[in-house]
Amino acid sequence: MELTVGPNQFFWSAGDWSSLYQGLAATPVDRVVLGELVCSKRLPFYQKDIPEAISPLVDAGKEVILTSLALVTLKRERKMTDELSEMGVMVEVNDLTALASLPAETAFAVGPLVNVYNEGTLRWLASRGAKRVCLPPELPLSSVKVLCATGAELGMAIEVWGHGRLPLAISGRCYHARLHGRSKDNCQFACEDDPDGLDVLTMDDKPFLAMNGVQTLSDTYASTVFQLSALRDTGVSALRLSPQSTGFANICTTYRALIDGADPLDIATRLAEIDPSARLSDGFLTGARGVDWSATTAAE
Amino acid sequence: MVMEIVCPAGTPAALRAAVKAGAHTVYCGFADETNARNFPGLNFDRDEMREGIAFAHHRGSKVLVAINTYPRAGDEAIWHNAITDAKTAGADAVILADPGLLAYGRDRHPDLRLHLSVQAAAANADIINFYADEFGVKRVVLPRVLSVPEIKAINAETKVETEVFVFGGLCVMAEGRCSLSSYATGESPNMNGVCSPAEHVQYHETGGALDAKLGGYTIHRVGKNEPAPYPTLCKGRFKAQELTAHLFENPVSLNAEQLIPQLASAGVTALKIEGRQRSRSYVAQVVRNFRAAVDALEAGQPMPKGMMARLSEGGATTAGAYKKTWR
Repeated sequence: MELTVGPNQFFWSAGDWSSLYQGLAATPVDRVVLGELVCSKRLPFYQKDIPEAISPLVDAGKEVILTSLALVTLKRERKMTDELSEMGVMVEVNDLTALASLPAETAFAVGPLVNVYNEGTLRWLASRGAKRVCLPPELPLSSVKVLCATGAELGMAIEVWGHGRLPLAISGRCYHARLHGRSKDNCQFACEDDPDGLDVLTMDDKPFLAMNGVQTLSDTYASTVFQLSALRDTGVSALRLSPQSTGFANICTTYRALIDGADPLDIATRLAEIDPSARLSDGFLTGARGVDWSATTAAE
Repeated sequence: MVMEIVCPAGTPAALRAAVKAGAHTVYCGFADETNARNFPGLNFDRDEMREGIAFAHHRGSKVLVAINTYPRAGDEAIWHNAITDAKTAGADAVILADPGLLAYGRDRHPDLRLHLSVQAAAANADIINFYADEFGVKRVVLPRVLSVPEIKAINAETKVETEVFVFGGLCVMAEGRCSLSSYATGESPNMNGVCSPAEHVQYHETGGALDAKLGGYTIHRVGKNEPAPYPTLCKGRFKAQELTAHLFENPVSLNAEQLIPQLASAGVTALKIEGRQRSRSYVAQVVRNFRAAVDALEAGQPMPKGMMARLSEGGATTAGAYKKTWR
């Protein structure tokens, strides 16, 4: 099984952004998806650094893929999307607009923010040239199983969300800007102080969600540590690890150890050491609700 | 041409009420998980659909059948049958969101008119034209993330008809791109046709306050004698940094009645009213009001003022993303 690093979902300084990718060259991951997923206003801050981030990754033998935006509405966003294929690397479609602007016969990848729920959609994407698909995190293991079987038939690699805060929603409205009493057009980059999103608590102070500009994420970090053997049985070919500000290179190494046969209980302990404040979940795969964590359910 | 009023019908009685009140078009769904208002006691069985469509056609109204959830892997036949049955019942179009289902409609029922559901969140002209080229989609229901000038720009670049929401519930997130509900409750619009479902709602009295919980999360707290709003996830009260507020959206509903002339000049074909869960008397009243508005517009008369205020949830309404500052 392979490891894919998903695009950084947050707004980091150009320096932190570059350091992430410099560090990844030395980690045991197979593939890196980079570029701007969440907000087109963030891209100018690191756009010029993208080619420089790509070369060492390619030199280290990683496959590099460029993501599209998750929601394309504005004219400059359409232009941005149009230009993606000019970078000379494979494009990951995270809004079907990106597929509409790819030249015909171009091979592409499909990211977790495209609604791939069933075999019909998978077949249609294959007919358009999709080579690999990272499934939406919302899907239960039973769906993953069916889609892996169809993917095998179509020669398409199926990936699932492996670790990281879950992308739950995308909006036209910027919640970070709203929190500061601003509108999206005048956001003054209110999201830049929250490298893992801003914690959103319930009225009784329970951690629940995280806001990240126009995106809403889970408070919990989804983890497949206790699902690996089931996912392997279904034929999943890669796990996606989503960048976070704490110990990300370590997280990559830890999941490699898991894939190579380490005891999941030891891996869970290691994950807790890397980021002690992170609450974990795997409920979308096997639980009653997305937020559920099988280790807790098993203990009860 | 008069703008088309597209009205919700959760029951055969609501369909008849909407048609009698002057709805040009009614939309409805089958009583199962194939549509995004899969609520207990709502929607149509196969016979009711056939009879409802016949009733509407007899009076010169059209019926659109929403099959706008995302088929579950391994169970696509349920959704495929819904398309076939809608066509057999005489539907004027089906409203779909899933690309696999659109491909099925295109391949198996080439003469069936396909509308793109808001659940597909097609938010720019490129993707709308792509759906038209790829699947033959004739109309798109625009997501509620666009301003009026953006809608006008889209219409300038596409031949696909556009339909926009003007009244009722308001999604703050891009529709069909949200799994907040399944994260907290296990059930979502995309997979189950429900959002923040009632069986996961609990009310608790603590001290002088009444808590509204969804999936165990307290997302509203009001004084004991204040009205407690329904705990829809994105319209709850939350805390972040030092602030306690409706961080995503206030408990408001959409009312764009005053924007009808602008929407008309933006090239919009049809105005959609949300609310298949609403009563037939509500539906009839909303239809009458909107029909009066578009007829006034057509006759060159001013818009009737404030006609909808009474019917809005909790009274508070917004023009949403149609005004750019909403973002």
